[in-house]
Amino acid sequence: MLDAFSVVAIVAGLVFFLAGTVGLLRFPDAYTRLHALTKADNLGVALVVIGLLPQMDGLLAALKLVLVWLLVMLSSAAVSQLIARSVRRREPCE
Amino acid sequence: MLSAGAFIVLMVALGLVRVARGPGRAERMMAAQLLGTGAIGALLLFGAASGDGAMFDVALTLALLSAFASIAFVKFALRQDHQVPDDDAVEGAR
Repeated sequence: MLDAFSVVAIVAGLVFFLAGTVGLLRFPDAYTRLHALTKADNLGVALVVIGLLPQMDGLLAALKLVLVWLLVMLSSAAVSQLIARSVRRREPCE
Repeated sequence: MLSAGAFIVLMVALGLVRVARGPGRAERMMAAQLLGTGAIGALLLFGAASGDGAMFDVALTLALLSAFASIAFVKFALRQDHQVPDDDAVEGAR
Protein backbone atom coordinates (compact mmCIF):
# COMPACT_ATOMS: atom_id res chain seq x y z
CA MET A 1 0.00 0.00 0.00
CA LEU A 2 2.72 2.43 0.91
CA ASP A 3 4.80 2.85 -2.18
CA ALA A 4 8.25 4.32 -2.21
CA PHE A 5 7.24 7.63 -3.76
CA SER A 6 4.88 8.45 -0.91
CA VAL A 7 7.44 7.54 1.72
CA VAL A 8 10.12 9.69 0.10
CA ALA A 9 7.83 12.71 -0.33
CA ILE A 10 6.37 12.51 3.19
CA VAL A 11 9.80 12.13 4.77
CA ALA A 12 11.05 15.12 2.78
CA GLY A 13 8.05 17.08 4.09
CA LEU A 14 8.89 16.04 7.64
CA VAL A 15 12.45 17.29 7.12
CA PHE A 16 11.06 20.68 6.19
CA PHE A 17 8.82 20.70 9.29
CA LEU A 18 11.90 19.88 11.38
CA ALA A 19 13.91 22.63 9.68
CA GLY A 20 11.14 25.15 10.20
CA THR A 21 10.84 24.35 13.90
CA VAL A 22 14.59 24.41 14.49
CA GLY A 23 14.86 27.67 12.58
CA LEU A 24 12.01 29.20 14.58
CA LEU A 25 13.83 28.27 17.77
CA ARG A 26 17.42 29.03 16.81
CA PHE A 27 17.47 31.96 14.37
CA PRO A 28 18.46 35.32 15.81
CA ASP A 29 15.81 37.82 14.70
CA ALA A 30 12.22 38.02 13.51
CA TYR A 31 12.91 38.10 9.78
CA THR A 32 15.06 34.98 9.71
CA ARG A 33 12.52 33.19 11.90
CA LEU A 34 9.79 34.14 9.44
CA HIS A 35 11.99 32.81 6.64
CA ALA A 36 12.31 29.45 8.39
CA LEU A 37 8.59 29.35 9.17
CA THR A 38 7.52 29.84 5.57
CA LYS A 39 9.69 26.89 4.52
CA ALA A 40 7.75 24.66 6.90
CA ASP A 41 4.45 26.16 5.75
CA ASN A 42 4.87 25.85 2.01
CA LEU A 43 7.27 22.99 1.38
CA GLY A 44 6.32 20.85 4.38
CA VAL A 45 2.61 20.76 3.66
CA ALA A 46 3.21 20.64 -0.10
CA LEU A 47 5.44 17.56 0.11
CA VAL A 48 3.06 15.80 2.53
CA VAL A 49 0.15 16.48 0.13
CA ILE A 50 2.17 15.26 -2.87
CA GLY A 51 3.10 12.13 -0.96
CA LEU A 52 -0.52 11.45 0.01
CA LEU A 53 -1.99 12.07 -3.46
CA PRO A 54 -1.26 8.55 -4.85
CA GLN A 55 -2.82 7.01 -1.73
CA MET A 56 -6.22 8.62 -2.32
CA ASP A 57 -8.84 6.31 -3.78
CA GLY A 58 -11.19 8.81 -5.39
CA LEU A 59 -10.80 11.91 -7.51
CA LEU A 60 -12.82 13.94 -5.03
CA ALA A 61 -10.47 13.15 -2.15
CA ALA A 62 -7.45 14.04 -4.27
CA LEU A 63 -9.06 17.34 -5.27
CA LYS A 64 -9.75 18.05 -1.60
CA LEU A 65 -6.08 17.53 -0.76
CA VAL A 66 -5.03 19.88 -3.56
CA LEU A 67 -7.54 22.45 -2.28
CA VAL A 68 -6.03 22.22 1.22
CA TRP A 69 -2.60 22.78 -0.29
CA LEU A 70 -3.71 25.81 -2.32
CA LEU A 71 -5.38 27.36 0.73
CA VAL A 72 -2.26 26.85 2.84
CA MET A 73 -0.09 28.44 0.16
CA LEU A 74 -2.41 31.44 -0.17
CA SER A 75 -2.83 32.08 3.55
CA SER A 76 0.83 31.49 4.38
CA ALA A 77 1.99 33.95 1.71
CA ALA A 78 -0.45 36.62 2.88
CA VAL A 79 0.22 36.09 6.58
CA SER A 80 4.02 36.14 6.28
CA GLN A 81 3.84 39.43 4.39
CA LEU A 82 1.53 40.90 7.06
CA ILE A 83 3.70 39.72 9.99
CA ALA A 84 6.87 41.04 8.34
CA ARG A 85 5.17 44.37 7.74
CA SER A 86 4.04 44.66 11.36
CA VAL A 87 7.56 43.84 12.58
CA ARG A 88 9.05 46.41 10.20
CA ARG A 89 6.53 49.01 11.29
CA ARG A 90 7.45 48.60 14.93
CA GLU A 91 11.17 49.07 14.32
CA PRO A 92 12.38 52.59 13.61
CA CYS A 93 13.96 53.12 10.21
CA GLU A 94 17.73 53.05 10.32
CA MET B 1 1.95 7.42 8.40
CA LEU B 2 0.84 7.51 12.01
CA SER B 3 4.44 7.96 13.10
CA ALA B 4 4.91 10.71 10.51
CA GLY B 5 1.89 12.53 11.92
CA ALA B 6 3.16 12.04 15.45
CA PHE B 7 6.50 13.50 14.37
CA ILE B 8 4.78 16.65 13.08
CA VAL B 9 2.86 16.99 16.35
CA LEU B 10 6.15 16.70 18.23
CA MET B 11 7.71 19.41 16.06
CA VAL B 12 4.78 21.73 16.70
CA ALA B 13 5.08 21.09 20.44
CA LEU B 14 8.73 22.07 20.23
CA GLY B 15 7.75 25.18 18.30
CA LEU B 16 5.48 26.18 21.17
CA VAL B 17 8.66 26.86 23.20
CA ARG B 18 8.94 29.96 21.06
CA VAL B 19 5.55 31.11 22.35
CA ALA B 20 6.83 30.96 25.92
CA ARG B 21 10.25 32.42 25.16
CA GLY B 22 9.55 34.75 22.25
CA PRO B 23 10.67 38.33 22.81
CA GLY B 24 7.88 39.91 20.77
CA ARG B 25 4.29 39.39 19.80
CA ALA B 26 5.30 38.64 16.22
CA GLU B 27 7.31 35.60 17.31
CA ARG B 28 4.38 34.25 19.27
CA MET B 29 2.15 34.73 16.25
CA MET B 30 4.67 32.91 14.06
CA ALA B 31 4.56 29.94 16.44
CA ALA B 32 0.76 30.01 16.23
CA GLN B 33 1.05 29.96 12.43
CA LEU B 34 3.36 26.95 12.66
CA LEU B 35 0.78 25.32 14.95
CA GLY B 36 -1.94 25.79 12.34
CA THR B 37 0.17 24.46 9.49
CA GLY B 38 1.49 21.54 11.50
CA ALA B 39 -2.04 20.63 12.58
CA ILE B 40 -3.13 20.59 8.93
CA GLY B 41 -0.23 18.32 7.96
CA ALA B 42 -0.81 15.98 10.92
CA LEU B 43 -4.56 15.80 10.22
CA LEU B 44 -3.90 14.88 6.58
CA LEU B 45 -1.51 12.11 7.64
CA PHE B 46 -3.84 10.78 10.34
CA GLY B 47 -6.76 10.91 7.91
CA ALA B 48 -4.86 8.90 5.31
CA ALA B 49 -3.73 6.42 7.96
CA SER B 50 -7.21 5.82 9.40
CA GLY B 51 -9.11 6.08 6.12
CA ASP B 52 -11.53 8.51 7.74
CA GLY B 53 -12.58 11.08 5.19
CA ALA B 54 -13.85 13.50 7.82
CA MET B 55 -10.30 14.35 8.86
CA PHE B 56 -9.66 15.91 5.45
CA ASP B 57 -12.69 18.14 5.96
CA VAL B 58 -11.31 19.21 9.34
CA ALA B 59 -7.94 20.00 7.72
CA LEU B 60 -9.71 22.00 5.02
CA THR B 61 -11.61 24.04 7.60
CA LEU B 62 -8.45 24.62 9.61
CA ALA B 63 -6.64 25.82 6.48
CA LEU B 64 -9.42 28.37 6.00
CA LEU B 65 -9.54 29.53 9.61
CA SER B 66 -5.88 29.61 10.66
CA ALA B 67 -5.17 32.54 8.36
CA PHE B 68 -7.75 34.71 10.09
CA ALA B 69 -6.00 34.55 13.47
CA SER B 70 -2.82 36.06 12.08
CA ILE B 71 -4.68 38.65 10.02
CA ALA B 72 -6.63 39.75 13.09
CA PHE B 73 -3.36 39.98 15.04
CA VAL B 74 -1.76 42.23 12.43
CA LYS B 75 -4.78 44.51 12.29
CA PHE B 76 -4.78 44.79 16.08
CA ALA B 77 -1.02 45.43 16.26
CA LEU B 78 -1.18 48.14 13.61
CA ARG B 79 -4.04 49.88 15.34
CA GLN B 80 -2.38 49.71 18.76
CA ASP B 81 0.93 51.20 17.64
CA HIS B 82 -0.59 54.58 16.68
CA GLN B 83 1.86 55.12 13.91
CA VAL B 84 1.22 56.49 10.47
CA PRO B 85 -1.90 54.61 9.35
CA ASP B 86 -1.82 53.18 5.88
CA ASP B 87 -4.95 52.33 3.97
CA ASP B 88 -5.07 48.86 5.52
CA ALA B 89 -5.17 50.23 9.07
CA VAL B 90 -7.77 52.80 8.07
CA GLU B 91 -9.83 50.03 6.59
CA GLY B 92 -9.51 48.02 9.80
CA ALA B 93 -10.63 50.94 11.96
CA ARG B 94 -13.64 51.63 9.82
